[in-house]
Amino acid sequence: MIRVQQEDFDIGAEIAKVKAGRTDIGAIVSFTGTVRDCGGAVTQMTLEHYPGMTETELEHIETEAKSRWPLQASLIVHRTGTLRPGDNIVLVITASEHRQAAFEAAKFLMDYLKTSAPFWKRESGPEGDRWVEASSRDESAHGRWEPPKNAAE
Amino acid sequence: MRLLYFAWVREKTGIDVEVVELPPGIATIAELIAWLRTRGPEFDAAFARPDVVRAAIDRTHVRHDAKLGGAAEIAFFPPVTGG
Repeated sequence: MIRVQQEDFDIGAEIAKVKAGRTDIGAIVSFTGTVRDCGGAVTQMTLEHYPGMTETELEHIETEAKSRWPLQASLIVHRTGTLRPGDNIVLVITASEHRQAAFEAAKFLMDYLKTSAPFWKRESGPEGDRWVEASSRDESAHGRWEPPKNAAE
Repeated sequence: MRLLYFAWVREKTGIDVEVVELPPGIATIAELIAWLRTRGPEFDAAFARPDVVRAAIDRTHVRHDAKLGGAAEIAFFPPVTGG
């Protein structure tokens, strides 16, 4: 399941929802991305996105993860709008019978999300505003995974 | 055709969405960018480094050599920075 929302999320509540009524799950991994203040340089972050394409891309990424690992459940929640240091940005939860699939799928989801989901961060601070630049580390993290079959890129 | 601009591409063009009639002979994203740059200094500035601008046709990432075909919506934006 995927969600794009302005509101905060409750990690514990989201994990509880993934588990609710199920006894077949043996491993749950969650990743949370949060806003850093970068030593005081960032006082606010605004997340812009491409409504419509964002949801399509996140669903595509989730489908790809499910084709690669035996996941029993997965969740991606990404926030948009204005956030402050310490605020949650993104949540990924993966559930599987065994930990390896859950760990790997969570990392895969984040690596793909970082390079293909159409979100853009703008940081504000005492020095002014700036658009965050894409990181080559994110590109290489993405590149470590085998490309999907029928990859367009 | 609907054109959308996001993040600093939107800031530089000064618009987020517009509907345009393309002149004949524009078949690819690269050709569309070249035409957009002739529309004014703000467009020229937005696409001054076309290699760093990403494109999507009907909400799917494409390269600059992609054919426009019967696209209804084309978007231009910087490399993504979510997560």
